Amino acid sequence: MTAVLRVIEPGLLTTVQDLGRPNAISSGVQAGGAMDRFAHRAANLLVGNDPGEATLECTLRGPQLVAERSCLVAITGADFDPRVSGAAVPAWSTIRLGAGERLTFAGRRAGARVYIAVAGGVEGQRWLGSRSTNLMAGRGGHQGRALRPGDVLATAGEPKTQNVDRQLAETLRPAYTDRTLYAIAGPHIKRLNAEGRGLLFEAVYTLSPNSDRMGYRLDGPQLVTAGDELLSFGLVAGAVQVPHGGQPILLMADHQTAGGYPVVATVVSASMPIAAQLLPGDEVRFAELTIERALQMRTRQAQALATLITPA
Amino acid sequence: MPAPRSTPRLRIQPLGDAALLAELGTRLDTALNTRAIALATALKKRRDVRQTVAGYASVTVHFDPDQATHDSLAAAIKRLAAKRPPMGEPGRLHRIPVTYDGPDIDEVAARLQLSRERIVEIHTRPIYRVFLVGFVPGWAYLGPLAEELELPRREVPRTQVPAGSVAIAGRQSGIYPLSTPGGWHLIGRTSVRLFLPDSDPPCLFRAGDRVKFFSTQA
Repeated sequence: MTAVLRVIEPGLLTTVQDLGRPNAISSGVQAGGAMDRFAHRAANLLVGNDPGEATLECTLRGPQLVAERSCLVAITGADFDPRVSGAAVPAWSTIRLGAGERLTFAGRRAGARVYIAVAGGVEGQRWLGSRSTNLMAGRGGHQGRALRPGDVLATAGEPKTQNVDRQLAETLRPAYTDRTLYAIAGPHIKRLNAEGRGLLFEAVYTLSPNSDRMGYRLDGPQLVTAGDELLSFGLVAGAVQVPHGGQPILLMADHQTAGGYPVVATVVSASMPIAAQLLPGDEVRFAELTIERALQMRTRQAQALATLITPA
Repeated sequence: MPAPRSTPRLRIQPLGDAALLAELGTRLDTALNTRAIALATALKKRRDVRQTVAGYASVTVHFDPDQATHDSLAAAIKRLAAKRPPMGEPGRLHRIPVTYDGPDIDEVAARLQLSRERIVEIHTRPIYRVFLVGFVPGWAYLGPLAEELELPRREVPRTQVPAGSVAIAGRQSGIYPLSTPGGWHLIGRTSVRLFLPDSDPPCLFRAGDRVKFFSTQA
């Protein structure tokens, strides 16, 4: 398709992401995909795309992009103070960029990851069923790598509509400032002693500098697990693993597909957008949730996104 | 008629709101692994299941919470697990050439009080089973490794292990498909590529396959 955005400055780590590639996890290929699926889906819906089109995920510092032609874009997720030709523009809203206009970000105010959608979807190499960038394999997305200055992005298809002007009400956005991660007790929670079980859902943990798209290492009280070594098993994003040292690891989108450390809790899917917006130094707390309540939270998020789908 | 197999060790636990872990046992055992692979294959055919991953003795099931509940899937897993696993065809046999000159082979030889030649002999003797594909793209856990070669992982993992390194740890062997960090003992190297990014599936080995190493120096 035709060129739509040119990269002047890529930011710290900007990659093409969609909803991931679950079909290759039995070959050890990480599922990957957008860390904050709510923001990713919302950005797409705000420009009339299907929620599974690819967007740009921008980490900690936003890119500088120039519109090669007039297009609709939307910016969601973290607040990096988005600007069009220098003037502040609202996030979580449809924005029209005129040809030659610049989309920039004045600086990070909250959160870790911004999503940029463009009507028609961001073009990228489709690898094993997904356009998500897998940096380890160097495949998918824009040449299997993060964006660089001079890259030109195309749209994947024709925009579904030219005529959309949407906004996601503030009350329907994730409560990013509440850093409580709701979690369901994990398959190996009984390997924690009573004190450990208390700590898991009471203590405050801090994201260590050693935190990325694969997972977050959490500094805080040590969790002591008992029992023989486990045989390796398939892992999921949101799993809270406890390795020998007792410092838990929260697995994120690019997590390893299998491992053998005890999983003492799993963060629910509705809390993963909150987790995706944390950065090293942020404090978090886990709160135990029932499956029923987790499904209610999931339904509420789906309903919030559904408000962006207006009947044709 | 044989009685249905009992599955007293079957444990089914949630892994969040859209996945669960079905553990069939806790032993490194070919029969358990065969059952796990068969169960993963059978579950994958269900419309409410998005993806399954067979572990050594477990199945991780990713499902669509709009179509299934933990309870409905747990009931289905119990039914399927009670069935006699189909007489699976033996997995494909891969013959892997190895040059046994890894940076750890002398240390391994010293710790086990075996000669290099003896290590090669023991390592090339069995036909290994691919118990599990995962961890990083293309990695396969192979076993069981002969007890004579059993060593715990290195105290300090390497930050970079070259792709193609043939390694051992515990009762397992493996081949590093990519240059990654790693804590296993490197005894050799192979030119065979394990991770095939332009194929689908992108991995030479599949769970249940069989692997025979042979020495290129022999």
